[in-house]
Amino acid sequence: MRRDRLTFGMMIGIPLIQLTLFGFAINADPKHLPAAVLLADQGPQGRTLLYAIQNSQYFHFIREVKTQAEAQDALARGEVQFVINIPENFTRALLRGQLPSILVEADATDPAATGNALGSLRVLFNTALQNDLKGPLAYLTGTIGPIDLRVHALYNPEAITQYNIVPGLMGVVLTMTMVLITGLAITRERESGTMENLLSMPTRPLEVLIGKIIPYILVGYIQVGLVLLAARFLFHVPMVGNLILLLVVSLVFITANLAIGITISTLAQNQRQAMQMSMFFFLPNIMLSGFMFPFRGMPGWAQVLGEMLPLTHFLRIIRGILLKGNGLNDVALQLWPIALFAAGALTIGVKRYRQTLD
Amino acid sequence: MVYNLAVDVQGMTKRFGSLTAVNHVDLQIRAGEICGFLGPNGSGKTTFIRMLCGLLRPDEGSGTCLSHNVLTGSEAIKREVGYMTQRFSFYEDLSIAENLDFVARMYSVNNRREAVQRSVEQLGLTNRKNQLAGQLSGGWKQRLALAACMIHQPKLLLLDEPTAGVDPKARREFWEEIHQLAGQGLTFLIATHYMDEAERCHRLALIVNGRLLTHGTVAEVIGKASLTTWSVSGPNLLKLAQQLRQRSGVDQAVPFGDILHVSGGDTATLEQAIAPFRTEQYEWHAVESGLEDVFIHLMDSSKENSLP
Repeated sequence: MRRDRLTFGMMIGIPLIQLTLFGFAINADPKHLPAAVLLADQGPQGRTLLYAIQNSQYFHFIREVKTQAEAQDALARGEVQFVINIPENFTRALLRGQLPSILVEADATDPAATGNALGSLRVLFNTALQNDLKGPLAYLTGTIGPIDLRVHALYNPEAITQYNIVPGLMGVVLTMTMVLITGLAITRERESGTMENLLSMPTRPLEVLIGKIIPYILVGYIQVGLVLLAARFLFHVPMVGNLILLLVVSLVFITANLAIGITISTLAQNQRQAMQMSMFFFLPNIMLSGFMFPFRGMPGWAQVLGEMLPLTHFLRIIRGILLKGNGLNDVALQLWPIALFAAGALTIGVKRYRQTLD
Repeated sequence: MVYNLAVDVQGMTKRFGSLTAVNHVDLQIRAGEICGFLGPNGSGKTTFIRMLCGLLRPDEGSGTCLSHNVLTGSEAIKREVGYMTQRFSFYEDLSIAENLDFVARMYSVNNRREAVQRSVEQLGLTNRKNQLAGQLSGGWKQRLALAACMIHQPKLLLLDEPTAGVDPKARREFWEEIHQLAGQGLTFLIATHYMDEAERCHRLALIVNGRLLTHGTVAEVIGKASLTTWSVSGPNLLKLAQQLRQRSGVDQAVPFGDILHVSGGDTATLEQAIAPFRTEQYEWHAVESGLEDVFIHLMDSSKENSLP
């Protein structure tokens, strides 16, 4: 054990990581979700309502949008989780007892992220205006509430968990297999002695690495195809966006994971170590990427860590394309971090890949 | 012949941390020559070979390998050198033909298909070419490895203990092949532990603890050592050997079946040492020192020298 530091590290490290992630980072009841407001009525009651919404801790207004198109855009890009529409003549209708409606549009791709927040709204609307509705207006605080709350759960109106999980699974499957396969590929050569032979031949490091990567890109695409078929025919996940775009973007993501695998294989002494390192990489990916738990439910530091993982961005892309119908412009925002990651990992891999046995 | 000297290196040194694996070794190998590379385990043979073919970067040293600079020309050297590793290092889950084809591709051999076909035929494995390399016996694996590292028609072959664990018949065939190839102008550097194999080489180099101890033909090596050896037969040789070893002037007393070889570096002191035992009981003959006697002698004396 003393001589096998990595196993020792695993035994201590994995529980520590899990403790930290599960204990501090995971939160199934996400609060302070970013929201936008489309305010078409300047009356005081509307303001009161917005303050109350913000005070509920579930919502955090980060911007005001002017048009419905702008609102849709912000939702599609995932900049905001909610858009709250206070319609024209809201105050007047309220004061007349006409039961004005407020539309809340939610990005419901992950039903778990929005459920509690939306639930809180109903309670909130009944009580928020109690101070404003006094005296002659007191009759408005009746049993049905003074306001008609309309919720549009966009992208996943029926709150079907599979719609969120199955596309995400594609990213998880790719992360797990691609990293592990390439991680093992080069360490295996070293272990079986074939590396010595390979190095004695006139090959360049980049040639060997590319030779190791290309076949697995094909394997990655087979996995993408399988998950997509299952999503389509087994789980009936809606596919709103452009599948070609998805396939192109997948290439960057697959490459990023293969590059990590290559880097791992240059660090690991043997296949077992490569396996352990892959585990180390995989665990935070599962926890912090927003695959299992709502990304916005995590504290700031965990979100920062999550942002550094390619899976986080890929999940947003694939959910965006399949469920929201995102186009290239929306996707590009999430694509460059993955590309950056791939380039970084590949550079380290090539640098560390030694042409000699020293 | 294009190269007079296939290998001509000076002061080759390789350190791993505080250990100096190869310590200022000079070596020349003539083109078309079979050079035997001898030395105990861990003496630096493999390290030296790896430096020659560019697998390890020497810490010090200079020279040429096939007239390419050993320090800067490893790309070019790799194309013209065949290196056979100590351990079988081809892909066990590829077939014989696939392995050969892979190597041929790596060296971008012209007319690859033909080259592989020819190589399989030369191996005599045409009807087994689709067998997995992992299923081959040790001897066949060695032959496959040799065929694979010759597919690009190298000028210099570096073989690292090519016959370890191979039966005597296969070994003999292997050496016949090597001599034939050397006759065609190929140069060999062959690391080995076996004395009978060493005697089959044109020239020998002995390396111990990273230092080159001696270099030359078999006769030269034996001559340079100026070792005197007596062979003695008679009763209770084991006891005699123990007694002899305690006397100064006797470097070795090694039993070979019914006879005992007694050697010493200095003829006169050796004779003094054995004089009391030259009784009727024993039959003494002066014999020529064998290669093994010489090597053991050289290794022992180098050990004494390296002691503080």
